[in-house]
Amino acid sequence: MTQNNETILQVQNVSKRFGGLLAVAEVTFDLPKGQILGLIGPNGAGKTTLFNVINGVYAPTEGKVIFRGTDVSGWQPYDVVKLGLARTHQIVRPLQELTVLENVMAGACYGHENRSLHDAEEIAHEVLNFVNLDSRANQLAKSLNVGQKKRLEMARSLAARPHLLLLDEVLAGLNPTEIAEMVEVVLKIREQGITILIIEHVMHALMNVSDRVIVLDYGRLIAEGTPDEIANDEKVIEAYLGDPKLAEKLMSGE
Amino acid sequence: MSFKSIKYPAFWISVGLVALAGILPLITGSNTTRETMFLVLTAIALASSLNMLLGYAGYVSFGHIVFLGFGGYVGFYLIVDHNWSLWLAMLVGGLMAGLLALLLGKAILHLRGAYFALATIGVNEAIKTFVKNFDLFGGPVGLEVNFLVYKDYGGPAQMQWTTYWAIFGLALLAVLVSYAIKFSRFGLGLMAIREDEDAAMVLGVRTPSAKTWAYVLSAIIPGMLGVILFFRNSSVEPEDAFRLHRSIEFIVMVMLGGQGTVLGPLVGAATYDTLRGFLLTSPLFKDLQLAFAGLLLLLIVLFVPTGIVGWLRGRFRQLWRVLE
Repeated sequence: MTQNNETILQVQNVSKRFGGLLAVAEVTFDLPKGQILGLIGPNGAGKTTLFNVINGVYAPTEGKVIFRGTDVSGWQPYDVVKLGLARTHQIVRPLQELTVLENVMAGACYGHENRSLHDAEEIAHEVLNFVNLDSRANQLAKSLNVGQKKRLEMARSLAARPHLLLLDEVLAGLNPTEIAEMVEVVLKIREQGITILIIEHVMHALMNVSDRVIVLDYGRLIAEGTPDEIANDEKVIEAYLGDPKLAEKLMSGE
Repeated sequence: MSFKSIKYPAFWISVGLVALAGILPLITGSNTTRETMFLVLTAIALASSLNMLLGYAGYVSFGHIVFLGFGGYVGFYLIVDHNWSLWLAMLVGGLMAGLLALLLGKAILHLRGAYFALATIGVNEAIKTFVKNFDLFGGPVGLEVNFLVYKDYGGPAQMQWTTYWAIFGLALLAVLVSYAIKFSRFGLGLMAIREDEDAAMVLGVRTPSAKTWAYVLSAIIPGMLGVILFFRNSSVEPEDAFRLHRSIEFIVMVMLGGQGTVLGPLVGAATYDTLRGFLLTSPLFKDLQLAFAGLLLLLIVLFVPTGIVGWLRGRFRQLWRVLE
């Protein structure tokens, strides 16, 4: 196996089977350091399952996940975190009865830098400022609205100071202003040198931020390329939307 | 525990309340007060210990009395059969209870919710049955200490005071440990587990070991306390040592006062124990005391799930840093 220093994540021939259902089928791709890689596909294509295999929630049925040169297939999520991976959840999972600050501190304490409580508090404020949520620091997480909870998820994962960030539909359910803000946050994260793998259904936003895009359909990787290539790939449009004209409309963001 | 947290009023309130309860018998100078406070301090020590698991990590241990029974038995056996000093026996009793929790933790802490709670009941019954049939521990008859041993502790009357101060010390220790956990990195991990265990794993909390250590910490003080209790009563038998309904009473105390707070178990233990004393001495209710505990638990879960302290915190936001 060749070890490329510039590749932070290698997914090699990964399959995940739940009983009779093959949720992810022989998926292979490399993610170069510093890039934003978009992951798209119709509902049920296996995108979130692939995330869960990468970060250790599920062990792959077959294949390997190599993160920063280490084979992490079958590791527990908390062990993968220690190598510098963090993620957000599609359905937000705030620690409801803890404050916003404590939520983010937990991310810093248990992220790969293993910070002390004292350092964690500093990092938490910094990250909350970054996502523009610091004014809510002492509120209970359950009191936030959806947009704020999404930013909290983001802050908590950033507080871990990851090398690779998995973003699972951080734009879903946000209004256009919030989407614009969040896209800006994502781009700023990349400027810090953090590699991002992002699942998104808001197409125009995804196409704008991604360096490359991969497409899953029924668990299989059906296309890989630049956003332009993907947008004009007949196979993708067919699988993803079924209607090329609708696709065009969505791409333009109307 | 960082020194910063000692600045919080919550710390001084908790420690102050326990200290006040502890020295009350000195002020009144009456043995009745001492016996009343003995029960209150016992309840505080046990409820605070249970809170480390139930309140912080969110795992309901129904059979928590097993640690009191088992640790107490081990320590009492060492006193009765091997003439160990009470203090050494107490330490070993606590450690053995901790060791039991460590082994149990590996076996049953991967269970969640009701399954874990059921497993802890099973463990209590299993250990009770084991002790009943274990000749070294006196089997179904139990163990009895020779009264002459009390001479080493200043005679039976003085022994009552000595053991009282021991329980006072354990109650203080339980509150201090509760406080230290609550404001530590470890405690933050436990509370993350309580709120969402899967999310905690993804955040990087090593959930199996965090839960196990919470379980161990919550077992040690009950184990030590068991040794003191059995020594003070001069005897123990299995049916007394492993009473499941005592376990449920601890849960009521923690829930009544407010799970997950340091102050909650204190308030809950004192309140419940006072009520219990009242009910036991009232001719009308004396047989209904447990039914009352059950009703109380039901009402708390339905109407004030965060308990007295939690309710006050939610109602008066300015009390947040005072009541923790």
